[in-house]
Amino acid sequence: MNDKLYKILLFAAALIMPIVCGGVVYALVTDAYDAFEHFGFFKFLTSSEWSYTEGAEQYGALPFITGTLMTTMLALLFCIPFSLPVALFVGEYFKGTKVASVLSTVTDLLAGIPSIIYGLWGFYTLRPLIMELDISPQGSGILTASLVLAIMIVPYAASLSAEFIKMVPNDLKEGAYSLGATRAEVIRKVVFPVAGSGIFSSYVLAIGRALGETMTVTMLIGNTNNIPDSITSTGNSMASIIANQFGEADDLRLSSLIAIGLILFLITAFINLIGKMMIKRARIA
Amino acid sequence: MEPVTPILEFNKTCVSYTKQTMAVKYVSAAIDRNTITAIMGPSGCGKSTLLRAVNLMHNLYPNIRVDGEILLNGENILSMEPIDVRRRVGMVFQRPAPFPTMSIYDNVLSGYALNGIRLSKTEKDETVERCLKSVALWDEVKDVLNKKGTFLSGGQQQRLCIARALAMKPDVLLMDEPTSALDPIATAHIEELMSELQNKVTILIVTHNMGQAMRISSKSMFMYLGELVEYGDTATMFSNPSDERTKAYLTGKMG
Amino acid sequence: MNKSKIRNRLAKDKALLWAVCLLAALTAVPLFAILGEVFMRGYDQLSWSFFTEPTPTAYKAMKAIEAGEPIPGGIANGIVGTMLMLGMAAVVAIPIGILCGAFLAENPKNRFAQTVSYLTDLLQGTPSVIIGIVVYIWVVVPMKGYSAIAGSVALFIMMLPLIIRSTEETLKILPASLKEAGLALGGNRARVMLKVQLPAAFGGIFTGVLLAISRVIGETAPLMFTALGCSFIRFAVDKPISAVPLLIWEFFNDPNLQELIWGASLFLLLFVLTLNLLSKYLAKKWNQ
Repeated sequence: MNDKLYKILLFAAALIMPIVCGGVVYALVTDAYDAFEHFGFFKFLTSSEWSYTEGAEQYGALPFITGTLMTTMLALLFCIPFSLPVALFVGEYFKGTKVASVLSTVTDLLAGIPSIIYGLWGFYTLRPLIMELDISPQGSGILTASLVLAIMIVPYAASLSAEFIKMVPNDLKEGAYSLGATRAEVIRKVVFPVAGSGIFSSYVLAIGRALGETMTVTMLIGNTNNIPDSITSTGNSMASIIANQFGEADDLRLSSLIAIGLILFLITAFINLIGKMMIKRARIA
Repeated sequence: MEPVTPILEFNKTCVSYTKQTMAVKYVSAAIDRNTITAIMGPSGCGKSTLLRAVNLMHNLYPNIRVDGEILLNGENILSMEPIDVRRRVGMVFQRPAPFPTMSIYDNVLSGYALNGIRLSKTEKDETVERCLKSVALWDEVKDVLNKKGTFLSGGQQQRLCIARALAMKPDVLLMDEPTSALDPIATAHIEELMSELQNKVTILIVTHNMGQAMRISSKSMFMYLGELVEYGDTATMFSNPSDERTKAYLTGKMG
Repeated sequence: MNKSKIRNRLAKDKALLWAVCLLAALTAVPLFAILGEVFMRGYDQLSWSFFTEPTPTAYKAMKAIEAGEPIPGGIANGIVGTMLMLGMAAVVAIPIGILCGAFLAENPKNRFAQTVSYLTDLLQGTPSVIIGIVVYIWVVVPMKGYSAIAGSVALFIMMLPLIIRSTEETLKILPASLKEAGLALGGNRARVMLKVQLPAAFGGIFTGVLLAISRVIGETAPLMFTALGCSFIRFAVDKPISAVPLLIWEFFNDPNLQELIWGASLFLLLFVLTLNLLSKYLAKKWNQ
């Protein structure tokens, strides 16, 4: 094969990406069009009605956007107190040791567990616990989903943060020690500031993960189509309403679900883009 | 006249990285107050290792052992708290490394910030001005104190790191080849600075540059394979070394 | 400096160390809790017939429960479906992914390659449920029905970015001298890629493929809208088909079949975690 043919072959293979991504956007936009046309784009985003009574169909995405944002933010909140210590453990305190590699294997395995199994565990172990503790009567809801979601994103946030913590130059740390700082002080005043933008971006990417997580949330969020009024109430996320209703929906409801899919796609794409850009900048610095 | 008590005294100091090998072997020497002592020797002779023992840098790495005694003002530092020792013994490293997230101003005060010591605004301003003046950096940076320290040239960065160490008012200042990453002009600046600092602080400097040792130091140590081979007046050592190994090194036959 | 302040700072230092160790150790708890629960509740279901027989009907299961017998049948339909769809997806995704990864590694500065690289990130970050919707629109609607093909297209799209990235990254860390030596010996670029670079990168690409498989094998949501599920073993590619995660979802929703959840989950979990550990082990071995 000559060089020219080789180049063409590689180029042709690379074309798959624009084709697939273009196809994704095209399919979502054309099939979501009905819903946007019927309700109006802005109205669809801000309406909290979700009723499929024939003749009086009314669909709005607000409850699910709210549900998604609530579960994601809550998951992030629960995730930080665990992912940050893991990152410090692997990237600073026990950097390069056997015990650090054991812990990163454990978190890698956590990342590998399928979402549906997290859902089962949440449903059969965590949900009864939440009921027993009288946190919420039905056990499922925003809180339950967020707790399991938090466990699922810990590995992503931790391994990426650890990478940036590891990259803090030893020169700087020794410089700080030579001025009489303790390790805790070095971490707070040197490691965190220097690795800060990288650590931050790893949380942005973890948010990107949590936004679209489907099965776990579907199994634990309680599946009600109203705007959740507290963290213990039930709700639906954008992904879970799709998982729940896509199979039985047609016409306007199907289009509305696809419209929700398009909104979810745009939000995750935006968050991931920001995260990746920040990571690139943090790596160069 | 009273005899000058040594500020720093090595007493059979040993450092080992592994059980089998010693990087520094039974070094004994007394360093006088307000002197500059140069530590020379071929690479791998243990000179940096000895220097880093003085501010307990080795305690950061669990596999390194330090034995014997190192007395600071008569107190054995090996049984003291590292963070206390390091405040009294400053250090300047081979590569200038100001904290990249801090301004020039904050870099000078970083020792206080790291140790959790609060200073008033006037104390801060005074400290910054005094320390930057003592490293002859004040005139160059007084208008850009809020800029990041990493914008400075290599030589300026190194002087900033010296200022950062001096801000803590150390008794002893350790310098680990502080000019090896700098150009000749910046090197000359730093050397000039050291002779001026001499009456404020006792300086221990590791250097592989014999000319530098001759220009700045009053006493010199020559180390070889972890041993302290010779220690005495710099002038005497260079003109009339008592040990064959020192002679070989100084005449360029070794190293 | 006074002694009590130093003691205070050292106490804080120690407290942070202990907090970090404690919280890091706590992070490992869910892994063992999940493994433990799935194992304890699922191990007694694993038998030969569990792997060779298809799912029982709800009626049969109900009868068995009433009679106090173990539920008959297994997950063979799911295993066959998963293997069939995964196989079809992998056969297409591996060569295209490798070629595309090679394109990215060979043209790092090229504008088009940078766009492709960005799109790869985009696709990798796209929630799998959306891939499900899109494949439903692309394949299920025109074919007027759910099918194994639709399921495998979904898996293909999810595997692709993972394979592209691992290929690109592995090729990029190969020493440049390797390629130059090949070219200097008179090989053309295709030959150097095929005979020198790809063999040298084999380990990285292989572990990348393993990881990609372990990532998509447990995917449920996209298969719900594409493969749908099927209660008997079939090999037809244009008909609805089952998959192990789809079965778990079915069992979860059917009160009569709930006992089968744990056996199926244990099988899936062991499969995925073994692939994970294997790829990690191989990556370590080949890196030395």
